[in-house]
Amino acid sequence: MGSPPHFYRFTGKILPWLSLLCALLIATGLWGGLVEAPADYQQGDSFRIIYVHVPSAWMSLFVYVVMAVCGAIGLIWHMKNAEVIAISSAPIGASFTFLALVTGSLWGKPMWGSWWVWDARLTSELILLFLYLGVIGLYAAIEDKRTASRAVAILALVGLVNIPIIHYSVEWWNTLHQGPTVTKFDKPSIHVSMLIPLLLMAGGFKLFYLISVLIRARGELIERESNSNWVSELLEKR
Amino acid sequence: MNDRSLARAFSLLLRRDLVINFRQRSECVNPVLFFVIVVTLFALGTGADRALLLSMAPGVIWVSALLASMLSLESIFRSDFEDGSLEQLLLSAHPVTVLVLAKVTAHWLVTGLPLILVAPLLCILLGLSGEGLETLILTLLIGTPILSLVGAIGVALTVGLRRGGVIISLLVLPLYIPVLIFGTSAVQMSAAGFPVNGQLSMLAALLALALALAPLPTAAALRMSLS
Repeated sequence: MGSPPHFYRFTGKILPWLSLLCALLIATGLWGGLVEAPADYQQGDSFRIIYVHVPSAWMSLFVYVVMAVCGAIGLIWHMKNAEVIAISSAPIGASFTFLALVTGSLWGKPMWGSWWVWDARLTSELILLFLYLGVIGLYAAIEDKRTASRAVAILALVGLVNIPIIHYSVEWWNTLHQGPTVTKFDKPSIHVSMLIPLLLMAGGFKLFYLISVLIRARGELIERESNSNWVSELLEKR
Repeated sequence: MNDRSLARAFSLLLRRDLVINFRQRSECVNPVLFFVIVVTLFALGTGADRALLLSMAPGVIWVSALLASMLSLESIFRSDFEDGSLEQLLLSAHPVTVLVLAKVTAHWLVTGLPLILVAPLLCILLGLSGEGLETLILTLLIGTPILSLVGAIGVALTVGLRRGGVIISLLVLPLYIPVLIFGTSAVQMSAAGFPVNGQLSMLAALLALALALAPLPTAAALRMSLS
């Protein structure tokens, strides 16, 4: 998997299968969540946004970790593919974070009565979005893309160390500033008929991330290696 | 190379940076002026309601200190990068992390310490006094070195760019959030008469962590910027 042409050919082969699996998972997850699962006894049908909100919130953190780990691999072993995966992950992770924030605010309006509360989790999610935007901005600002990858990797690693610190400090800040005015969902034990679609959706989202990161990485690789032989051979075949 | 030569390199670099900054006094005066002006603007912008100003004072002073320290960050490495002496530093036999630490220390002495010296004046302007004032100075004393240490990572990443000024705020400000939270909450608690050992210990822990860890990515980023 180390060499770009091999990576390109291999991912080209598996992408259709991944897409099929992803579509299957999301379709069954949506069907289970929107049709099969019973309405919540407290929140009614509006709880169903959980099937988009929770997977994207999970993904927002997962993608950041992937980005930092791939960045570290690129930094240490100078693997081109890892560098490319790291930087291709950033916009996708930012989108997941944004999606989690938007769906959370849509969910919060009927439940809490306001679009935004300075809840600890919401605030740290927002800060995570800022961290992603910093990564994207830094990559765009540096012209030489290999140097930019190294810069982004260092920043992502610094962010990775900071995420827990930021999260706990925000949690503490939140408990200091306002009491439990917000009705927190005290981790309701979720019913199996609601949980299974959620897990299906989470799997679907993971695959969706994998697909989109591979597509982005393929594009990025072609752009970086546009002067090499394998890319021109690829073009001749077309 | 032994410990003594390392300590000597540290003190030489520290002295050199201090002398350079002392000869260009605007470098250390400008952040302080900025700090004072921003706090004044806050007071003007929110109206001269004493109770409101008092309750906002810790946040206002801390946020202004964050911004002032962020604006002065560029001077840590910028001029050395431009005249090539940064390259010579990286080529030297001493570990880069120690040299980075010397430069950050010099930067804090020149830009962080003056902020702390004028802070009591601003507290009086905002009506904060007694316990709250003492705690504020203490938190600034522990907190501003963290700002310089973490900010150095951001500068090192962007020093090679022609316009790093805007991007650096995006990189550095999210990382400043824990310092802001613990700094302001300590002042608020002590003004309300509560003990603040917890917040101060957390700030000190952050400082220890930043002292130990921040020079590593800074050194890596400097090598990246100069490659």
